[in-house]
Formats: sequence, C-alpha cells, structure tokens
Amino acid sequence: MKRFWHRFARSRPGLLGVAILAVVVAVAVAAPVIFPGSPFRPVDRPFAPPFGRHLFGTDVLGRDVAAGIAHGARTSLTIGVLATSAAVLMGTLMGGLAGYYGGRVDDLLMRATEFFQTIPTFLFAILLVAILAPSVWSIVFAIAVVNWPTVARLVRGEFLAMRGREFVQAGVCMGMTDRRVIFRHILPNCLSPIIVTGSLIVATAILIESALSFLGLGDPNVMSWGFMIGSGRTFLRSAWWLCTIPGVAILLTVLAINLVGEGLNDALNPRLHKK
Amino acid sequence: MRAGAGRASYVLRRLLQAVPVIVAILVLNFLLLHLAPGDAAQVLAGEAGSASPEYMAQLRHRFGLDRPVAVQLLLYVKNMLTLDLGFSFRHNLPVVELIAGRLGPTLLLMLTTLVLSVTAGIGLGLLAAARAGSWRDTLISILALVSYATPLFWVGLMLIVVFSLKLDWLPTSGMETVAAFHEGWARVLDIARHLVLPALTLSLFYMALYVRLMRAAILEQAGMDYVTTARAKGLGESRIMLSHVLRNAVLPVVTMAGVQVGSLLGGSVVVESVFAWPGLGLLAFQSLFARDFNLLLGIFFMSACLVVAVNLAVDVVYTLLDPRIHA
Repeated sequence: MKRFWHRFARSRPGLLGVAILAVVVAVAVAAPVIFPGSPFRPVDRPFAPPFGRHLFGTDVLGRDVAAGIAHGARTSLTIGVLATSAAVLMGTLMGGLAGYYGGRVDDLLMRATEFFQTIPTFLFAILLVAILAPSVWSIVFAIAVVNWPTVARLVRGEFLAMRGREFVQAGVCMGMTDRRVIFRHILPNCLSPIIVTGSLIVATAILIESALSFLGLGDPNVMSWGFMIGSGRTFLRSAWWLCTIPGVAILLTVLAINLVGEGLNDALNPRLHKK
Repeated sequence: MRAGAGRASYVLRRLLQAVPVIVAILVLNFLLLHLAPGDAAQVLAGEAGSASPEYMAQLRHRFGLDRPVAVQLLLYVKNMLTLDLGFSFRHNLPVVELIAGRLGPTLLLMLTTLVLSVTAGIGLGLLAAARAGSWRDTLISILALVSYATPLFWVGLMLIVVFSLKLDWLPTSGMETVAAFHEGWARVLDIARHLVLPALTLSLFYMALYVRLMRAAILEQAGMDYVTTARAKGLGESRIMLSHVLRNAVLPVVTMAGVQVGSLLGGSVVVESVFAWPGLGLLAFQSLFARDFNLLLGIFFMSACLVVAVNLAVDVVYTLLDPRIHA
C-alpha cells in the first residue's frame, strides 16, 4: 500500500486530481451542513449576481446557486459511483465467465458487446430513462446498462490471458474448484486494470448523468448540475453565472477523476510506465 | 477477377452479419414499447387521449395487441421492416416521413464533425508527438484532457455566449435564416455560418480522443524497425514522419472514428437541442417533451440502422484501402 502510494505520488497530474476530487467529495459530504434545507427553496430575490450576499448568486426563482452546486455534487458523485459499481460488477461477472469458460458463452457475450458498440448508446440511455420515468435508480440503471460491455470486454481479455498461465494451470491440476481458481487466483490478478477502467467509467457516468438531466431527464427530486445548466440556458444573455458555474463544476470533477485514473494506471502498471 | 469475386462474397457475408443486429434492435424496441407506461396502443398512438377510439381499435388490430406476445412481436417486426413506424399526432405526420425529413441536417452535422475532428486530431497529435515532452506537447495534451472532460452541451452554450451574444459573429440557432429567402451560394454560405458552432462543439470531444490516440500511435510506431531502416538509408526526419510513420499511425484513428458513429449520433441529440439544429437529435429532444415514445423508438431504430449501414460502408472501404484485410 505504501509502495503503491509512493508510485502514485510520482505523477503530479494524479496528485492534482486527488486534490480537486478531495474538495468535491468534502463539499458533497458537507452539503446538508453548509446549506441545510432543500436546494430548491428560494432564499433571496431572483438573479442576484454572484460574489455578493450569495457566493454564486441566485437563479430565476431566487434559489441559491452555491447550494445547488453543493447538493449537485452529492447527486453526481452518488450516481457516478453507483452506476459504475453496477457496471463493473455486471461486466466482471459476464467477462469473467466468458473468458474462463469460452465456447458458446463467450460467443454470446462478444455478440452482446458488439451490439452495444453499434447502437447509439446515449440515445438508448435516453429511451430507458424516459420509459422507466426519471429517477436516481432509472438513471443509474441506464448508465450501467450502456457501460458494462466495456468492462466485460476488458475482463474477458484478462481472464483469457490468465487462463493459460502456469499458476492457474497448476491450480486446476491440483483439483481446485472453478470458483476457487476464479476468485482466489485469477480475479486478484486482474484487479488493477478493472480499477483503472472503473475510475474512468465514473467520469463517463457523471458526464452522461449531466447530459440526461440537462435534457430534462434528471430525477425531479434531487438537485443536479445538468438540471441547473438546462434551466439557466434561457437566461444566457442576462445571467451568465447560471450556466457557467455548474459547467465549471462538472468540468473540474470529471477532469479530476480522469487525472486520478491516469495516475492509477501509471502506478498500477509499472511496466507501461517505462516509456 | 478473383479479387472482385472475393470482395463481393465478403460484402455479402458482412450484410448477413448485420441481420441479427437489426433483429436484436427490433426485439429491444418491442420490449421497450411494452415497458412504457400504459397500453402499447396508447404509446403507439403518441399521446394518450388524443386518438379516436376507432383509431385505437385499428392500431390494436394492426399490431395484434389482442393476440399472444409472440404474434405481437412478429407483427411488430413485420411492420418495422416495411418501414411502417406508426404516426405522430404531435407532428401530424407518419414517423417515417418525419425521420426522413430530419436525416439530411443530421448527416451534414455528423459528416462535418467527422472530417473536422479527424483532421484536427491527426494534425495536433502529430504536432504533439513530433516533439514529445516539449511545451507544445504539454499544451496540446492539456487541451485534449480538458476537452475530454467538458460536457458537450456546456461547450455549446459557452460558444454561444462568446461568438453569438458578445461578438455577434455567428447565429445562435437553427440551420438557416428562413426569413431571408437565400438562394444558391448565398444559401450555402448561410447554412455554413449556422453550421460552424454546432460542428465545433461536437468535434471538440472527439478531437480530444483522436489527439491522444494519434500521439500514442506515433510514439509506438517511432520505435519500430522500419523507422530505423528508413533513418539508416538516410531519409530526413520529416520525410520519415510524414510518409512512413503517419500512414501506419493513422489506421487506429480511422478505425476508432468508424466505431464512434453511434456515439456521434448520441452526441448530436445534445448539440442539436442546444443549437436548435433541425436534425434527428432535435426531433428526439422534442419527442421527449411531447412524451411521444413511439417517435422516440422510431428514431432509435432508424439511427441504429444508420450506424449499421455506415459501419458496413466503412468495412467495404477498408478492403479497398488495405489489401491485407481479407477476413
């Protein structure tokens, strides 16, 4: 662990990412304390400019933009992490089975992932959320559905490569059960690429969530950055901060996660690092 | 002669491979249709309550909604394959006609984006890799990293603020100034002016992707034996880069661009609704608001078919470009 941190700390972009992400997480966790009450509640006159009484001003209904940003951070991170966990679990399971057993299962899985590469996935996510009615759960489901094939392809490749390695063959010869070989011997050796891909999927998930809520498909009961931009776009000319500030929040968060992902990649794959 | 026959059979085989994909999309559409709230006939009619009872009964009969699910599925597939996608009450037009009318603008936007993002991506990637580690490389990499993390719709809005509202250089929305009745070249110029911002917005994200891919591909190719050979026979560095390395490094970028067609269509939903660009994406956005699920399903089906067709075309072009591909 210490050695891992030492390697990670060598990448300055990675450290920058961790720093930004730490701030975002802190704001998200502290949101109910700093801005108690619903972020949908009006607090002042509409269109108060930023850096006055309210840090980021107020919107058309007099809602505090800063409160929206803080509560939106909660929404983005929650949805990003939940959707990614679901996608990684599903993808690892399917990819692992296909890579380990091969044959018919493998064929079917490869067809399914190719199918998901062909269809316009964002349009599919829109359809799912629209038909299931927008809520945190339908959004998480839709994002997980369009992202699991990436994980499945990766895990399948890793399993396929591991399947032929001596230590796995030895395990099989010793009469270990498939479950033991998979969970105790192969999976731990595939964890680093899964972690790296997972971290990048969190970033994608946050981008998809913001686009969905921008289009009006966000959960109507929770504040989100995409929703703030979508409702502020009508006042682009008169109240620039309504769209600009949530956009910067998305940009910084996604950038930070991507930087952390690359830092993890460099730290976990030292072989690739020597270039 | 033999090569021609081989190609024909290859194209035929690829065509056959596309069939299960289309069928899978149809089955998916059918499932979604039944997942939607309300009776499938209500979804098909577009808006609940606005269709007459006779029309609803006729719909139920035509889609066999009173019969077993398997029959329903078969009838649905048959209707979709004969391009009978139903009727949109909100627009008062058959879904097929609506989609056909919106296809042109979307294709124009996608094609422009594809050309713009691939050329810019290859150019910048080349610039970055030629002096790996220099300030130029760092600058381009940071630019790519930031573009990769920015939501499309936000880029669009910010470009509108700068170039339309503050500088007043370019129009904010639409595809042409209808009231001006431009004709001939004036009209082309007008459309081009409207195209700049949406195409730029959509390109930025993909450009970032191609820059990173291109840079990595060039750095990988630069270590190959054939580069050493070229250097040994006395070729200049720029000649090696442009006529040897570039050719090989471009391949992964082109492959990626082909894979990305579906994602491009998804991105156009967001970009078209920001710029009111009258394509399929805007139609999808409007049908979301009207809760016209049948139209939305039709758009999904047609755009998936479009992607399949484009991928097929790309594969065929590939066999013409690269004689090694004969899989």
